[in-house]
Amino acid sequence: MKLKFLVQALAFSSVAIVAQSAFAQQIVKIDGSSTVYPVTEAVAEDFQKAKKNAIKVTVGISGTGGGFKKFCRGETDISNASRPILKSEMVECAKAGIEYIELPVAFDALTVVINPKNTFIKQLTVAELKKIWEPGAQNKVMKWKDVNAQWPDQPMKLFGPGADSGTFDYFTEAVVGKSKSSRGDFTASEDDNVLVQGVSRDVNGLGYFGYAYYVENKDKLKAVPIVNEKGQAVLPSLDAVIAGTYTPLARPIFIYVSAKSLAKPEVKEFVQYYMTHGAKLSKEVKYVPLPDKAYAVSWEHVMKGKKGTVFGGTAEVGVTIEELLKREAKL
Amino acid sequence: MPYARDLKSIRRLIAAHKRWDLVFACCGVLALMVGLLTFIALFVDMAIDGVPRLNWDFFTNFPSRHAAQAGILSAWVGSCLVMLVTAFVAVPLGVGAGLYLEEYAPKNWVTDVIEINVTNLAGVPSIVYGLLALGVFVYQFGFGQSILSAGFTLALLILPVVIVATREAIRSIPVGIREAAYALGATQWQVCKDHIIPYSSAGILTGVIIGMARAIGETAPVITIGALTFIAFLPPSPIKAEPPFLSFEWLTSPFTVMPIQMFNWTSRPEAAFLQNAAAAGFVLVLLTLAMNGFAIWLRYRLRKNIKW
Repeated sequence: MKLKFLVQALAFSSVAIVAQSAFAQQIVKIDGSSTVYPVTEAVAEDFQKAKKNAIKVTVGISGTGGGFKKFCRGETDISNASRPILKSEMVECAKAGIEYIELPVAFDALTVVINPKNTFIKQLTVAELKKIWEPGAQNKVMKWKDVNAQWPDQPMKLFGPGADSGTFDYFTEAVVGKSKSSRGDFTASEDDNVLVQGVSRDVNGLGYFGYAYYVENKDKLKAVPIVNEKGQAVLPSLDAVIAGTYTPLARPIFIYVSAKSLAKPEVKEFVQYYMTHGAKLSKEVKYVPLPDKAYAVSWEHVMKGKKGTVFGGTAEVGVTIEELLKREAKL
Repeated sequence: MPYARDLKSIRRLIAAHKRWDLVFACCGVLALMVGLLTFIALFVDMAIDGVPRLNWDFFTNFPSRHAAQAGILSAWVGSCLVMLVTAFVAVPLGVGAGLYLEEYAPKNWVTDVIEINVTNLAGVPSIVYGLLALGVFVYQFGFGQSILSAGFTLALLILPVVIVATREAIRSIPVGIREAAYALGATQWQVCKDHIIPYSSAGILTGVIIGMARAIGETAPVITIGALTFIAFLPPSPIKAEPPFLSFEWLTSPFTVMPIQMFNWTSRPEAAFLQNAAAAGFVLVLLTLAMNGFAIWLRYRLRKNIKW
């Protein structure tokens, strides 16, 4: 009997602790890319505080693709995406009658990093990156001198994100010319911290990942200036991305808002908050904010109900934000 | 002298055998140490990183982008509630199934097939349960991405463990007890209710808690059914000020659990979040150890009450 009492007491106390919050359930549901997550999380955190918790926001991570799956089933209000919506996903959404508004929220600068002790790489061209990463390089381009005859006769150690990541998709698209087309014999990890560790411990390491991971590990890594189409070698930085000189590795990241959900005042308020505070908050989590005007134009698009994507369901590399915002959107 | 030579060779033989004994004992200790030392090294490393981060705020704060303000409130409340549902589902189903298989089921090939399958189910990767649950609980039954779905999923996951533990416990009860009860005219149900269940409850509870200790660390199936990463509010309170005082709204609430929070923190760029992850991991390990300790204590207590 004592035991029965104990079990009851345990169940009761664990339940009693939860006895705090019971408001009307106004929930904004967000899911999708892990790359966009830090920005959206920051916005969600501040938004909830600003609204005194009257509106609740949940953010999940199921990847850009996984996020769109839920979004097109109508399970979420907003989908985080580190790449534009694809043809197949557009079809899914159309089938379920889900219309959406595409809003760029920040830039991510893919950063190519090497070990700080590496002195021979001063800059990299896209052609050199392609030589290193294209599928044909497997078992052929194994040493630095295979890429550039002036580089040493040392084995390269490559690190990169796994094939499920939007970063991988974008990098391969930008460098090799075809999304997901990469050599397979490199150390792949979905956890960017593993890549940071790998490159920082190996003199011959080279890897790529989002800018935020480089900024946090500046003492352990060296970023490589990338030669853009104008022939300038540019280091990734806030200014370079905004000026549009860090190409082709700067990419916009997006949120997709369901048009149906936008009719709900809490979702609309959240999006407005995102567009007014997005610049400051994305900077805080080490992403590159869009120019202020871009957020204003995006909010205008929301108000006017500009539905659809401006990409037409295919990936594109090196588009500037001004170009994006001027384009006609299609569902 | 043949005798002396014999004695010598016998001694040599004995010495050789003892050497083998020693070699095997050393191998055994080594094998044990590999596992044990790895765990201790990991645990100590985690404790060194995480313990300085532990304070009251860490338990009462929601997740945040500022590592120093981030806490595990939604995660540990979520974990506890999911475990509550898991226990409520797994115990009746598991004990019922075990009891039936052991006491009621006819011994034929159908029962054998079921037995083999139950044992094999314990080895199915947890992600498979997650996918099954996504189809059945989340969409088919319409539970949604809720605490209820997660509880059912994890209950399913630990069901084989509970069933096997129940059967082991029942099997250890002497046949004489049953026969004595039957001799006095008890029905099968009376035997189960008054003798089998009380006497086996120690073993059953141990099995349940060990199963729960496994379930609390599961990430894959919970992510599959849609656990969230950022959630800065708690499920609605189960206790209401007005009648009927109890509310089950929390069952349908979105949630997150400790391992997910931890995983999210380990993949952050800022080093301070790694510290948070270590602290959360430390709490999780302590929770698991506490559950196992509780199981041992319970077994000890309940065993003491059994008087045959």
